[in-house]
Amino acid sequence: MPDNKTYFYIKKWIDKNWQLTLMVILPLSFIILFHYVPMYGIQIAFKNYRAVDGIWGSKWVGFDHFIKFFKSYQFIRVTRNTIMLSLYSLIAGFPVPIILAIALNCCKNIKFKKTVQLVTYAPHFISVVVLMGMVIQILSPKYGLLNNLIKALGGEEVLFMAEGRYFRSIYVWSGIWQNMGFSAIIYISALSSVDPTLHEAAIVDGASRLKRVFYIDIPCIVPTIVILLILNLGSIMNVGFEKVLLLQNPTNTEYSEVISTLIYKQGLASAMPQYSYSTAIGIFNSLVNFFLIVGVNTIARKLGETSLW
Amino acid sequence: MRESRSDRIFYMVNNIFLFIILIIVLYPMIYIVSCSFSNPRSVTSGAVWLWPVEPTLLGYKTIFENKDILTGYTNSAYYTICGTTLAVILTVLAAYPLSRKDYALRNPIMLIFTFTMFFGGGLIPTYLLMSNLGLINTRAVMIIPGALSVYNVIVTRTYFQSTIPIELLEASQIDGCSDFTFFRKVALPLSKAIIAVIALFYAVGYWNSYFSALIYLHDREKYPLQLFLREILIQNTIDAEALSKGQMSIEDMAARQSLFELLKYSLIIVASIPVLCIYPFIQKYFVKGVMIGSLKG
Repeated sequence: MPDNKTYFYIKKWIDKNWQLTLMVILPLSFIILFHYVPMYGIQIAFKNYRAVDGIWGSKWVGFDHFIKFFKSYQFIRVTRNTIMLSLYSLIAGFPVPIILAIALNCCKNIKFKKTVQLVTYAPHFISVVVLMGMVIQILSPKYGLLNNLIKALGGEEVLFMAEGRYFRSIYVWSGIWQNMGFSAIIYISALSSVDPTLHEAAIVDGASRLKRVFYIDIPCIVPTIVILLILNLGSIMNVGFEKVLLLQNPTNTEYSEVISTLIYKQGLASAMPQYSYSTAIGIFNSLVNFFLIVGVNTIARKLGETSLW
Repeated sequence: MRESRSDRIFYMVNNIFLFIILIIVLYPMIYIVSCSFSNPRSVTSGAVWLWPVEPTLLGYKTIFENKDILTGYTNSAYYTICGTTLAVILTVLAAYPLSRKDYALRNPIMLIFTFTMFFGGGLIPTYLLMSNLGLINTRAVMIIPGALSVYNVIVTRTYFQSTIPIELLEASQIDGCSDFTFFRKVALPLSKAIIAVIALFYAVGYWNSYFSALIYLHDREKYPLQLFLREILIQNTIDAEALSKGQMSIEDMAARQSLFELLKYSLIIVASIPVLCIYPFIQKYFVKGVMIGSLKG
């Protein structure tokens, strides 16, 4: 005879949860298909993938592809470029939205504030292709705005796109231009939730607005800053790859070849695609990333109370 | 309350600072709009600084006579509309159950979702999957794989959690309201703002994406607008006959080159217009949505 109690228990559980499960089942299968099934394909990094043999049937080669990558001249170059590009973006780009948010928070003219917000959020919605098109137009040696300006001031025209050493700055500052407003939203929301009684008390004590920025506003948004810093540090190996690919040209590969563009070139864009080798590079990248975010989070948790988990 | 002198100076400096930021962001955009309406000769000779010089619609005319761009526009619109619809449905379906604290499978499913934010299969395994599914060079590959962003699920879930009071649910449950009914009659109508926000995010994502098209599509008639833009703006190539169809009598290379430069500016505007037109109307929603999503996320 079936255990009545267990049966009753299971039936109750199903009655309570089946509707919500039915709702989530489609998105869940979606995630499993498009995010977890590819993880099964990761094994080709340790194999010599051939289309005829399939993922499972290809021969195991161990760490050969990894060793090949570590020994190649590309290894140092792409790792250096990836890290340099990310660090530059982070150091130059991280404080800008914070400063913008604080300035907006201090602005008393509501209309002006709204205008600045409307305008600075807008570039976020421009596509990378269009943004890079704009950059190329503005920096163009013959017809570009910036070179017109330099020439009008009596200078020599500069070949911004053709000289590798400008690549990093172009990449970073176009990114800041595009995203500073949008990234500021999160800080603006953190600032708007600062307890107004703190400000009132400080005003009674005669604190100036500038003092209140440093002793009330900034300390109140430190947790938000820390969380975003962790997220940013953790994704240091993930360079905005679509943008790099667009900005890349033969004259700047010395600076612009990053891990993700190398994966694309070795894996899909080349005449002789090396699926396994390319996947191995991808795994190297993901693993470094994974440990970075765990590491940074651990440090943050030890130092203060804020952390992701 | 009277302001002290140091405060007045502070507010003034602050406003000047914001004004400079405003100019830095606005000026390149105005410049490009102005160029797109100017005479090709003025564009290449550097006569345009702020306002259009010798205004003309030549650039726009040339664009709309170009077959590639019309193809791209139609394709992008198709991908964006289908993709956004699918994505919003999937996101809401995932977010609602995950917002319910009394749902038994909430934590394991949430874990499955969030793990993908930190670790994934990578480019090649994903490509192989698409190829096994027979999606390469189909229109579906532009719509389906991008149709669920875990980040948007989290934002929507947080919105549900913070806007739908638990008492409302409890009261409806006592009245015998099922989860489906509650979702349809209470949760959805209360979350129009967040649906507008994620729809905007998805639509912008679909409209702007070029990379999946670059790796998965081979037929030009399936290309989205962004790929044609890449050819013209970045790789600097265009069908020669597309230019000679212009209204001017083009005899010398210089005039042709000027028209090509002008066309690029007009193209930048034409490609960004759909997104930038919707955005101001939806702005008040998305600020609210992003704030709620981020604040308690």
